[in-house]
Amino acid sequence: MKKVYTRPKSLKDAPFHYCPGCGHSIIHRLIAEVIDEMELQEKAICVPPAGCAVLAYDYIDVDMVEAPHGRGAAVATGIKRVRPENLVFSYQGDGDLAAIGTAETFHAANRGELITIFFVNNAVYGMTGGQMAPTTLLGQKTTTSPAGRNAARDGHPIKVCEVLAVLGGSAYLERVAVNQPAAIKAAKKAIARAFQHQLKKTGFSLVEILSPCPTNWKMSPVESCTWIDEVMSREFPLGVIKDSKC
Amino acid sequence: MKRLMSGNSAIGEAAVLAGCTCYFGYPITPQNELPEYLAKRLAEVPGGVFIQAESELSAINMVLGASVAGARAMTSSSSPGISLKQEGISFLAAQELPAVIVNMMRGGPGMGNISPAQSDYFQATRGGGHGDYRTIVLAPASVQELADMTARAFDLADTYRTPVMILGDGMLGQMMEPVTFPSKKKERQLAHADYVLSGAAGRPSRRIRSLILDPKEEEEHNWKLFRKYQRIEQLEVRHETFLLDDAVMAVIAYGTAARIARGAIKRLREEGLKIGMIRPISLWPFPVKIIQQTARHIHDFFVFEMSTGQMLEDVKLALEGSGYIHFYGRPGGVVPTPVELSRIISRHYHQSQKRKK
Ligand SMILES: Cc1ncc(C[n+]2csc(CCOP(=O)(O)OP(=O)(O)O)c2C)c(N)n1
Ligand code: SF4
Repeated sequence: MKKVYTRPKSLKDAPFHYCPGCGHSIIHRLIAEVIDEMELQEKAICVPPAGCAVLAYDYIDVDMVEAPHGRGAAVATGIKRVRPENLVFSYQGDGDLAAIGTAETFHAANRGELITIFFVNNAVYGMTGGQMAPTTLLGQKTTTSPAGRNAARDGHPIKVCEVLAVLGGSAYLERVAVNQPAAIKAAKKAIARAFQHQLKKTGFSLVEILSPCPTNWKMSPVESCTWIDEVMSREFPLGVIKDSKC
Repeated sequence: MKRLMSGNSAIGEAAVLAGCTCYFGYPITPQNELPEYLAKRLAEVPGGVFIQAESELSAINMVLGASVAGARAMTSSSSPGISLKQEGISFLAAQELPAVIVNMMRGGPGMGNISPAQSDYFQATRGGGHGDYRTIVLAPASVQELADMTARAFDLADTYRTPVMILGDGMLGQMMEPVTFPSKKKERQLAHADYVLSGAAGRPSRRIRSLILDPKEEEEHNWKLFRKYQRIEQLEVRHETFLLDDAVMAVIAYGTAARIARGAIKRLREEGLKIGMIRPISLWPFPVKIIQQTARHIHDFFVFEMSTGQMLEDVKLALEGSGYIHFYGRPGGVVPTPVELSRIISRHYHQSQKRKK
């Protein structure tokens, strides 16, 4: 019998701790599949964040070092500069990357660090219980914006890819989603493309992934996927934002 | 061959000769000569990495990355910048990664000023960042010692897989003195490289972490670190004594303050005052034993610091109530002259001699 679907080699045989319907597990799997397909497991070094994905090292079977909250890009920079032959990527949430880690991300991109970042945008702080994130939509209710995000008080949702696109060092920026099969396929392609950019040394690469957090959105998994299509991706349009020659 | 160099530059050269290939930092006075020296020098080193980071937070986390990737890495700053590095230092301690951090202290708190001070003693020796950890702290008192201790700091960091701090001040960093370096570059001897991330080729993947959700496991991790710190306390205490044998009063001072004290003591000796000195070279681990031994035959201790009294607490702890402690502190970036200090010491000396009679 032909095997058509199996656990990627780079994904450990461990049940995910993520909530039902969470995007993190899909994204982990996609990264592991791409690592296998590009034969990068022996070269990869990953920097997981503070966030729901802090335990990524329990799942993705590559070398890992935990960064302090938000400092993934700086830690990845240190690793990559010492080991330019390795594939170095960080995995960060929107609080981690776009709030506390804004400076590290911005400057790593601007220096054109040859690292890849998987930026999981779920519009909330998942791990700490659903507080407002820099990417929370206007009007979106969270535990710290109970009446909905208010621009006058809370500022506007940050479009990370668009911001990084103007920097000279960024080479590849794409926004994808993991809420339906076609989107997941596109997400996988983007992950591979980001790694290609790193291997070809064109510059900094980042894939922003719109990812459901049913628990904190207080929606069912299906409603969450629909919400990404109908609401979230209006604010954060999917597609390639920057793709330098590679 | 002797070279005339600033303390800051000497650290840079010594670091390179000790096999340091990575420097990450953010400008702040009075330590800028160090990154400036390394910006040039590391460009000549194969695999040399120099990044002027966007902040001290980034710099220390780049050090973390470089360290876990297997390089000898360092950063430097001065007081306000060292405050920002504490997050990373706590992680380095928790994840048991070697690194060297230089603090050329200046007047504080807050922005303070850019004059030499010793007001970060607590921050350096008590851990500084959050959590139950210690940092080895070395306190040089000359440009030559800055150079020698830089090499030693890297070795200590490797031996114990822990961050090591060189605690100087603006005076030490910026003054010029003749200094000799080893004639050959030292090769790094890493006894246990099993923490280094290089990609999981031919071995299982590694994970370096500090999140340990199970309290029992975290407790065990804390005790493991504690046992390491106990070993360091047993093996790595360094101090120097000066004219202590016949002394009836012992000055205790470190770094620049010890240099000033030495000048003051020389003068006072000429006047016949029997004064000696204990100079802690390692601030953590603190030279407790020599102070306790000295207390068996000396009653009067004179602590001098360029702060309102921080090392003073360690001296009190070491003496455990015995002896009598005199204190003179000059915080805020004021550096008294040996003459000034000798007058103060002399007054205390004569008062206590009178009291004894
Ligand atoms: C310095 C610091 N501040 C705060 C925290 C608490 N904290 C842990 S994860 C997190 C944010 C998580 O949100 P996000 O980055 O969006 O990731 P998610 O959990 O949604 O995947 C925060 C604030 C921390 N670990 N460290
Ligand atoms: S809280 Fe949200 S992001 Fe975190 S695991 Fe649950 S669904 Fe995923």
